[in-house]
Order: sequence, then C-alpha cells, then structure tokens
Amino acid sequence: MYARETRVLPGFGLSLGYTLIYLSLIVLIPISAVFIKTFEMTLDEFWAAVASPRVVASYKLTFGASLLAAAINVVFGSLLAWAITRYTFPGRKLVDALIDLPFALPTAVAGIALTAIYAKNGWLGQFLEPLGIKIAFGPPGVLVALVFIGLPFVVRTIQPVLEDLDAEYEEAAASLGASRWQAVTRIVAPALLPPLLTGFALAFARAVGEYGSVIFIAGNIPMVSEITPLMIITKLEQYDYRGATAIASVMLVISFLLLLIVNGLQSWSSKRTGRTV
Amino acid sequence: MSIEVRNINKRFGNFTALDDVSLTFPDGELVALLGPSGCGKTTLLRVIAGLERADSGQILLDGEDSTDRDVRQRKVGFVFQHYALFKHMTVYENIAFGLRVRPRSTRPSEAEIRKKVARLLELIQLGWVADRFPTQLSGGQRQRIALARALAVEPRVLLLDEPFGALDAKVRKELRRWLRQLHDELHVSSIFVTHDQEEALEVSDKVILINKGRVEQLGTPWQIYNEPATAFAYGFIGNVNEFRGRVDGGYVHVGDDRISLGHSNFANGQDVVAFVRPHETEINPDVHNGEGITAKVHRIQGKGPVTRIELVANGEARKGKNEFFEVELPGSELATLGITAGQHVKLTSKRISVFDHQNGTGKP
Repeated sequence: MYARETRVLPGFGLSLGYTLIYLSLIVLIPISAVFIKTFEMTLDEFWAAVASPRVVASYKLTFGASLLAAAINVVFGSLLAWAITRYTFPGRKLVDALIDLPFALPTAVAGIALTAIYAKNGWLGQFLEPLGIKIAFGPPGVLVALVFIGLPFVVRTIQPVLEDLDAEYEEAAASLGASRWQAVTRIVAPALLPPLLTGFALAFARAVGEYGSVIFIAGNIPMVSEITPLMIITKLEQYDYRGATAIASVMLVISFLLLLIVNGLQSWSSKRTGRTV
Repeated sequence: MSIEVRNINKRFGNFTALDDVSLTFPDGELVALLGPSGCGKTTLLRVIAGLERADSGQILLDGEDSTDRDVRQRKVGFVFQHYALFKHMTVYENIAFGLRVRPRSTRPSEAEIRKKVARLLELIQLGWVADRFPTQLSGGQRQRIALARALAVEPRVLLLDEPFGALDAKVRKELRRWLRQLHDELHVSSIFVTHDQEEALEVSDKVILINKGRVEQLGTPWQIYNEPATAFAYGFIGNVNEFRGRVDGGYVHVGDDRISLGHSNFANGQDVVAFVRPHETEINPDVHNGEGITAKVHRIQGKGPVTRIELVANGEARKGKNEFFEVELPGSELATLGITAGQHVKLTSKRISVFDHQNGTGKP
C-alpha cells in the first residue's frame, strides 16, 4: 500500500523551494558565471593566466598567510574568549564589544590604521624598524591585517560553547585528581575542538577573500607581497576579464577544497566525541 | 574515614550560607544532609570536598587538618547532580580517567586499569555500556557511571550532591535502594545532600537537618521523624498540624479554643507554637466539649486502610483566614465516629509538641 510520508512541521516544500531559488540567485549563478567565463579560454590561455610566476607567488602568499593568520587567531582568540567568559574584571563588557570592531570597521579604514601604526614612522613601526623587523609594506603586514580581520570569527564561535561548558566538568576532573593542566588539555580542549575548527574555517575563509585592509599595508611588491585578489583586480583594470575569472576560479576551487577538509575534520571530531552518531 | 568540621562560616556577599557549623560525621556511615533549597547543605558538601573554601573554620579528615588542602589531595569522591560525565569520552574512559591522570610513578598499568574498570562496571551492573558515550544513556545509568568514576580512585569518602535530583520518581526510588545496598557492601563513609525528606529518612544511617546555614538536628531517621528537636524540624519533616497560641494553665489557648499542653515547662502567657501529627490528632464530634480546637470537616478521603480527613477552621483568631488541618484514622474508626462533611468537630491530641514561638526551641 502506498503510505504518504507525513511531516510534523508543515511547509517543507515551500521552504526548500525558497532555499534553492535564493541560493541559486545569490550564490550559485554568480559563481557558475565565473566558470562559464573561464571556459571561453583555451587551455593554453588559461594556463598562462593562472600559472604565471607572479600569480603563483600571490597564491602562496594569500593561502599561506590566511592559514597562518587563522591559526594565530585560534590560539589567541580562544585565550581571549576564555578570559571574557571565565573571569569578571572591570571593563569586561568593553573588551567584549571591542572584539566585534573588526566586523564593523570598513576594511579600508582598518588597512589605513594598521599601516599608520606599523609604518617606519608609525607608533609601533618606529620601534620595530631599528630591530630589523619590517612589518608594513611586506608579507608580515599582510599577516597582521589578516589576523586583525579574522579575530572576531574565532572568539564569537568559541564563546557560546565556553559559556555552556559548566565549571562542573573541571571540578569533576579535579576531584578525580587531575591537575589544572590535565583538566584543560583532557576535558576543556576536546570540548572546544569542534567550535575551534569552525572558527578556524571562518577566519580562514574571511582572510582568503580579504582585499581592502591588505592593499594598504602590503606594499604590493610583485612576486613578494601581492595577494591573489589584487591580481584579479589588476587583470580587470587591464580589461582582461577572462584572465581575471580564470584566477578567480582557481581561488574558488582551492578555497572550496580547504573548507571541505576543515568540515570533514569537524564532523570527524564531533563523531569522536559522541555528539552525533 | 572520619570527617569533622569545626566552626565553618561561609558567606556569599550578604547571604550567609553556613553559620558557625560544627559537625562530626561518623565513620563508615551513610549520612544525609537534609534541608530546604538554599539552606547551605550543598555549600557544606562542597566545602568538605574542597571545591569551595570556607571563610573561617576547620575541616579535619581522618583527624588531620585539611582546611588548606586542595580538592586533588583530599581523596574524596564527588558525584554531581547533573552527573558531569565527560561527554567526549566513552563510559570506559570516564571511569578510567581518575587512574590515567595519576603521576607516572603511581599510575596503574593498562591491564590493571582494564581490570579495575571492568570490576566497577560489574558493581554498577552496567558491564555492557563500556564503549558507549554518556549521551547515549539514560539519567539513571549516567548517575551510576558517575558513581563508578568517583569510586575508581578509591576515595576515603564519597560525597553526593543531590544524586537523584534530576531523575524521575521511579528511577529515583530504584537508585536509592541500590545506593543503600552499595554502601552496605563497600562501607565507605558517604555524605549525600537532598531536599527530599523521604529519600533522607529511607536511605541514611544518620540525618543532619540544616536550615538557614545552621544545624537544626542530628539524629537517626527515627529520631528525626519521631522526636523533632525544633519547630523547624517538626514543620519540615512529615505532615503536621500547627496551632499558634498562648500558654495558660496547662493549655494552649487558640482564640476561644484551647488544647491541652500535657506536661510542659512553659510559663503562663508565653506565645508558643504547638505541633500534632495527623495520626496523633483525634476528632471529638461533641462541639460543646470544653477542650479542643473547633474545625469543620471539609473532606473525607477514604482509600485503603487509612482515612484522611481534611478540616478547615477560620474565625477571629485566624483573622478570617482559612487554616487547614489533617487527621489520619484507621478506616474502621470512621464509622464509629459517624462524622460527615460540613460537620463541626473539636480536635484534640494524643501527643503534642510545643515550642517557643520566638526561637522555635524548647522541650514539650
């Protein structure tokens, strides 16, 4: 006999239809346009566009600096989240609000501010430069900018999980004889692993796509401190639309693969912790 | 292990959680800390465990001063109300945790750990869940695992904070009986916190009744139920009829009525509160009787061998407010009394306990 599938929540067809149309319009169609445009090129043209030494150097910088920045943010972002969830201190609310600033600030403003601070005659730059540390107008500048814009992603993903993580678990560990270090590494850290991976993925994705703040501080020296989004803009300015989309499609594929890996890690870690079976 | 606390004080801001508490817990017994919520019983348990630090006072474990000892060094097993099982570890790893975190010199080998965990799983009758995660188990199973985890480190004392508080009534009762059995097998000194009088009276060897950060009474369940030492103890344990009035000539006067005090050392004119248990309250159908509290029969509930009669009184002495009383009679007696709902009767007592109205103390 034919049994009609019934759902408790009504409106499945409508909401799925809406989701698909919306996703297509906003995400899928623009992205597929990138690939369609790219397919107008011959293989040789494509290869020349995406594998020229200057472009390859920009991939290395963009993905390398983004991964590194996300990793730095995971470490210091979790420290920050820990401090504002576990302790009360005067100005805690202010610190909490400050964390969102990189979200809200126009990236160009952030870039100009960072450049002003780290340049040779800036507040920090004037002390670092004599020590032989050159931050602005070079790859370290790119890293600084990417760390800056990625920070809130990590803090805001870990914070709610930390708030939910009852002190009871740490007390239980202590009553069983675990040292503070053992309690943190064996009890707190595993609980934080899934949100840490999410935070990492978000910060990384944001960093890969960042343009505004990096452009000001990077110095944009060919082969040294040019990021991939800049290469795309350069091509566009030369009216080489197909070259621009070719680079963009390579970027898309790499980003997608990296995010897929992070998501895989995440589901592995939550499976391992018995959250979803 | 013997546990002694001396003059413990603990405040949270303006709130006094523990007010000069001194207690000696008998060795090898199962003791219940009983009291209403917010009375300080959990705080006392946490202070003994070392999870909370007292503002002043001393904790002696096995006769040695452990006041400044860390929870790690006190060798106490602590069981939390919401289990606090490590979600990312299997049941096996949860129980083994306390053994694995030991310093290398005293850490048992993997084979020894396996043997010990297997033995504990057998003890809690859950051998088949070793490889599961806590989220896959029921509340009762989780609490038993939490207990096994605490026992794995061979604690000198077991502390349980509302261990059955998050469970439903049936599981609660089962687990209660099981805890008693387990204690009879292991004989490890145990203290458990509860706000459920039935639980405390049924399971424990001794009950410590706490109210507003102070110890009201310490005694066996029988003593706590049958010989309450204070007005609070009387009111908190079991059902009770309460009469507030003034002593005069061997009677407590409540409005126009009076009820016999029996033998007492209260002076005439003193404000007192008198308690009578429902099964020790008697009904006299003769309203013109010189003694007894006037009340109207409100409802008669006759199910099973015991008949419960609810009575209501109001009037000037109670400022127009309704006051309810309860009488328990063997079913057979109801027929001889011949009372019906709506009838006025007088209440007298077989046994009455009278306390000072002000400080709630004083022997009848």
